[in-house]
Amino acid sequence: MILEIRDIIKYFDGFCALMNVELEVEENRLHAIIGPNGAGKTTLFNLISGIYDVSEGQIAFRKKPINGLKPHQRAELGISRTFQIVRLFGHMSVLENVMLGSHCKTKTGLLKTLFRVSLRELEEEKTTRENAMRWLEFVGIAHKADQIAVNLPHAEQRLVEIARALNQDPDLLLFDEPAAGMNPKETLDLESLIIKINQMGKTVLLIEHNMDLVMEISHVISVLNFGAKIAEGKPSEIQENPVVIEAYLGRKR
Amino acid sequence: MDYLISVITLAGIHIIMALSFYLPFMTGQISIGQAGFMSIGAYASAVCTAKFGLPYVPAVLIGGMCAAIVGFILGIPALRIKGIYLLLLTLGFGEIVRVVFINIDYIGAAAGFPGIPYQEHTLLYAYGTVLIFIVLFNRLRKSRMGRALQAVGSDEDTAEVIGVNITAVKLIAFSSGAFIAGIGGGIFAHYQEYIEPLMFDVMHSVEFLVFTIFGGIQIFWGPIFGAFVLTLLPEFLRFIQEWRMELYGALLILMMIVRPQGIISLDSVQALEKAVRRLFGKNTAAVLSPDQTEGK
Repeated sequence: MILEIRDIIKYFDGFCALMNVELEVEENRLHAIIGPNGAGKTTLFNLISGIYDVSEGQIAFRKKPINGLKPHQRAELGISRTFQIVRLFGHMSVLENVMLGSHCKTKTGLLKTLFRVSLRELEEEKTTRENAMRWLEFVGIAHKADQIAVNLPHAEQRLVEIARALNQDPDLLLFDEPAAGMNPKETLDLESLIIKINQMGKTVLLIEHNMDLVMEISHVISVLNFGAKIAEGKPSEIQENPVVIEAYLGRKR
Repeated sequence: MDYLISVITLAGIHIIMALSFYLPFMTGQISIGQAGFMSIGAYASAVCTAKFGLPYVPAVLIGGMCAAIVGFILGIPALRIKGIYLLLLTLGFGEIVRVVFINIDYIGAAAGFPGIPYQEHTLLYAYGTVLIFIVLFNRLRKSRMGRALQAVGSDEDTAEVIGVNITAVKLIAFSSGAFIAGIGGGIFAHYQEYIEPLMFDVMHSVEFLVFTIFGGIQIFWGPIFGAFVLTLLPEFLRFIQEWRMELYGALLILMMIVRPQGIISLDSVQALEKAVRRLFGKNTAAVLSPDQTEGK
C-alpha cells in the first residue's frame, strides 16, 4: 500500500468538498479517479500533494502520516504531480524547468554555489542536467530543451510538466487530466507514455475525463460524485455499475 | 574631472544598491526599504571605524552583516505577505529605521554622524565590489539555487509543489539583498565622511527600484546598467539646464512604452554570450561563465 487515505473530510467555508473519502492505492498500480465536474477529484489531489490540508482524517504515504507536511516535504518523500492547467515556469527554458524537478533531491546550497574556488562545473549540476535531458528524451522532446517553455505548443508543455514530475524521482505520480486539450494522436502517445511510466515501477494516480483512455489503461478505478466515493473496481465493473451510470447520465424516468 | 569621478563613484554605489533591490525582486519580493538597510550598513560601519578604529574592509563587512541580520528578522513576517502589502511593510520599515537613527544621540541623532574616516579609493572599492557581485550573480544564474529563486519568482505555489522550500528561498533572498544594501551603505558612508538619517529616505529606495525596472528585470545586468546610466544621465543633460529633470522623466516614460522589459533583456545577453564564445573560442568563454559552456 503506497497511499492510504482514511475518512478524509475537506470543508471550504462550510462547503463540504470531500466527505469521508477512503482510498487505498496499491504499489505499482495505475489507479484512475473519475467523476463528474465538481466531484472533488482535484481537491483530493491538492490534499495529497499538500496544497491544502485535510479538515479531518488521515493521509498516509508508505504508512507514514503526511498530514500537516508542506508540499515541498511531500515532494521530498516521493510524491509528484502535474496540474489540470499546465503550470510551467514560463520564462525559463524547457531544460531548466525539468532540472528544477530534482531540486528536492539535490543539495548544493547558496554558499557552495557562490564561493567555490574551482571554475569547473559542479558535479551535481552536471548530473542534474544529464538526468533532465534523459527525461526529456524519455517523453520525446529533447530537441526543444533550449526553448523558452511558454513558446511550446500545449501538448508539449504538458510533456515538459510530466518530465519535470519524473525528474523528482517520485514513487507516486499524480496526473490531473493530462489529456485535456490534446488531439486524438497526442492522446494516444500520452496513453503509451503513462503505461511506460507505470511499467517503470511508478505508481500512477490519474484523473481523466477521457473514458476511452481511462478504461484502456487503468487497473483500478474509483468514482467520486459530490465529494463522496460511490464506486470502485476494475474498468469492466465500473462500466456496468448502475450507480456510476446514474451519476454520469442521470436516473431513468 | 574630480566631479565626474565623484559621479561615477556614486554610480558604483547605486549599482550595488540596485543589485540589493534585484535579489529579493527575483523571488517576487518588492522591497522599497533598501535605503533602510543601506543606512544600517552605513551607521554600523561608521561606528566601527570612527568609534572603534576598525579598518575599512572589516567595518564595511560588519555593516553588511548587521543589515543582513535585520533583513532576516524582517524577512520572517515579510514571508507571509505579498505584492503591494510587502511594499508597504518595507516602506514602513525604511521610515522606522530612519526615525530610530534620528533619536540615537550616540550616532549624532538628527544632526548627523560626522568624522567618518574618508576612503580615498572608494572608486576602486565600489567597482571591485560590483565586480565580485557580477561573478556571484553569474554563478547563481545557472545553479540549483538560482533556478529555485527564479521559479519562486515566477510561480511560488508550483515551485513549492515540485519541492522547493519557498520559505527558505525567500528568506535567503531577502536577507542577502539586505546584506548587499548594507555593503553599499558602508562604502557610501566612508565616501561622504558625514551621514545623516535624511540621506536614506524612501525616495532613494524608489530610485533603486527605478534603476532596476529601467535597466531590465530579466537578468542582473539590467539593474547594473540601469543604475549606471540613470546616475550619469542627469550630468550629461546639464546643457539643457533647468529642463534636465523633466527630460529625465520623459525619457523614463518613453522607455516604459517602447521597451517595457527594460533595456537589457535576457535575449540580448544570451546573444552577446554566444558572440563572445564564437569570437574567442570555447576556452575563453568557459572562464567567463563556466556553468554554461559544458554540455551544450
